[in-house]
Amino acid sequence: MSSGPEPTAPVPTDESLLTVEELRVSFATEEGVVQAVDGVSFELAAGEVLAVVGESGCGKSVTAMTLLGLTRSPNAKFEGTAHYKGTELIEASEDQLRRVRGAEIAMIFQDPMTSLNPVQKIGDQIIEQIQEHEGLPDQQARERTVELLERVGIPRARERVDNYPFEFSGGMRQRVMIALALSCNPSVLIADEPTTALDVTIQAQILQGIRELREQTGAAVIIVTHDLGVVADIADRIAVMYAGRIVEEGTLDQIFYDPQHPYTWGLLGSITRVDRPRRERLPAIAGLPPSLADRPQGCHFRPRCPLEFAQCMKVPPLEGRIEGQPDHRDRCWLSVDEKRSRREVVPGEIGLASKDAAAA
Amino acid sequence: MTTGNGATPLVEVEHLKLFFPIKEGILVDREVARVHAVNDVTLSIGEGETVGLVGESGCGKTTISRAIMRLIDATDGTIRFRGKDVTRAGRREMDPLRREMQMVFQDPFASLNPRKRVGQIIGMPLRLHGTERGAVDGKVRELLGRVGLHPEHINRYPHEFSGGQRQRIGVARALALEPRLIVLDEPVSALDVSVQAQIINLLDDLQDEFGLTYLFVAHDLSVVRHVSDRIAVMYLGKLMEVSPAEELYTKPVHPYTSALLSAIPIPDPEENRRRERLVVSGEPPNPISPPPGCVFHPRCPRASDVCRTVEPPLVRYPNGHLAACHHPINVSTEEIRAAAKHPSSPVSSGDELPSVAGNGARPTGKG
Repeated sequence: MSSGPEPTAPVPTDESLLTVEELRVSFATEEGVVQAVDGVSFELAAGEVLAVVGESGCGKSVTAMTLLGLTRSPNAKFEGTAHYKGTELIEASEDQLRRVRGAEIAMIFQDPMTSLNPVQKIGDQIIEQIQEHEGLPDQQARERTVELLERVGIPRARERVDNYPFEFSGGMRQRVMIALALSCNPSVLIADEPTTALDVTIQAQILQGIRELREQTGAAVIIVTHDLGVVADIADRIAVMYAGRIVEEGTLDQIFYDPQHPYTWGLLGSITRVDRPRRERLPAIAGLPPSLADRPQGCHFRPRCPLEFAQCMKVPPLEGRIEGQPDHRDRCWLSVDEKRSRREVVPGEIGLASKDAAAA
Repeated sequence: MTTGNGATPLVEVEHLKLFFPIKEGILVDREVARVHAVNDVTLSIGEGETVGLVGESGCGKTTISRAIMRLIDATDGTIRFRGKDVTRAGRREMDPLRREMQMVFQDPFASLNPRKRVGQIIGMPLRLHGTERGAVDGKVRELLGRVGLHPEHINRYPHEFSGGQRQRIGVARALALEPRLIVLDEPVSALDVSVQAQIINLLDDLQDEFGLTYLFVAHDLSVVRHVSDRIAVMYLGKLMEVSPAEELYTKPVHPYTSALLSAIPIPDPEENRRRERLVVSGEPPNPISPPPGCVFHPRCPRASDVCRTVEPPLVRYPNGHLAACHHPINVSTEEIRAAAKHPSSPVSSGDELPSVAGNGARPTGKG
């Protein structure tokens, strides 16, 4: 019987593995400058799982991809720094990045259908990466590939190593992606929506797999997702992003049980829970996320926030506002007491009053 | 709202089979195998009712919804709409019925013609079904307002809207002809969570206002719950369980439903740590050669010899709850004793009813 996640997550060491400071990414487009990432800072400790949560277009994937230099293009502009074990990733040369990619920081992409080479055997794709970074002889690299495939739960790995991607189902392809990502024992694994394209029963298997691998290899994981259920299942720490900024950051329990930012309340409130009686109406956040080419002044969530007041025209800094919890940071001008009294909390369910209701 | 037992069903699907041939050969196409997409499904949808049809990819849920819309032809079985057999109805017979059944598709990016203005997209069904030219525009504006869009956006193109707004356009198009039945094929799975809730609330309001009947197809049990009166769970072309909506969550009878429920992560860390989760191993088998007996047996923690050989019938439990399982869970000894084979069972299923003795076994979890 497989049970839920371990009650005690491994304690992250103090030393941070990856430090991102004031990262800004913008793209010049026909519609104007799209500020996809706007001053994002976070630290990742060895062995911890950080979830970056937000809706489409909030900059979560761009943040993750920028760390590996995957967003570099003539129309992109970068500011800020990201230090990984003495290498500055934002300014790093392509050569430096090649040594980091796959070997130190590996990435799992959302869509397992398009992220494997369709005309190369899956084994060869993994062997290629191992040989590129470690120069192992063919036979040894192949042995290691078979072991990896077995470890991520691919049955009959010795035969399947010579199959092409189309011969695998979606869930199996995502396992191949994970095996590929783990092939050089990276210290950081970035998973961008790793289970979004999969069915729930397969999602549960893949999340279990990522959890086990973290325990075995001690790799730190950044998981980018929009699904708070997945987050509750796997994360140690959470960064909530909205329109290019981190609006709240804290541990799993801080975010779920004492959320400070109204956007986090709305996000938590709009999830449906299968373990609770159903509600008459689903609480929705009114309005739409802003366009990143034309963002509202001040707090970006202001136009959708029922608690908006004059000060919201200025950008609130991301800082710890709760006494004794400097690591629980948020970007909202309201005082902690005001927030605690104005969010709607039913045990286990936190909602954001609708804009109309608050005005009435 | 009806439970589907009393009122006249709007849609009746009986022993529906849909097989897709796999052909091979250079000069003459030989049929070498068949994909058993839908394999003997019986289901009815009452007037004003919402039926949720749930299952993993490839279970046949979309195929059923398309067959009801007559977008694909049934291999065997019957489909009745308002009591009229439409299984083999020709184009002329279908035409007047078409306006009574509409569909909203999954992908709001692919289901709207990018080169047509919103007004043309929503107005098309109106024009096709004989609304006067002059009246179309006014009607389209009214529809746009009703689904929460600005009527003055009538001349915009789909790319000027976000995913949620596009799905509203799809809903407006489906509403245009004042249908009785709307088939919703994963209407919110491409949308962000905060926007999903908006669309679901909109669908809820429209149903109350226009007395619509919904067939809501989804892969996700948490979404259908909020809209459905009854939920049917499918696996590999067969019905596993049909249940009143709330009861499915508190009292799933089929181990597959229970596995689906426990696979959904709960967005509550403490609750998540506390609960014991049943992670089913493996993947759905190939629908070209479905396993004998119960189709779920290769992945089922409770499978026994009878499951490998005899296909379980749909068995009736209290509250109109049906489940096709030899070893049901969450049912009392009395309920098992009172159980009876339901007429909607597949023809190929056996007469074996679940036995009281055989249900002491604890689920053994991951195999």
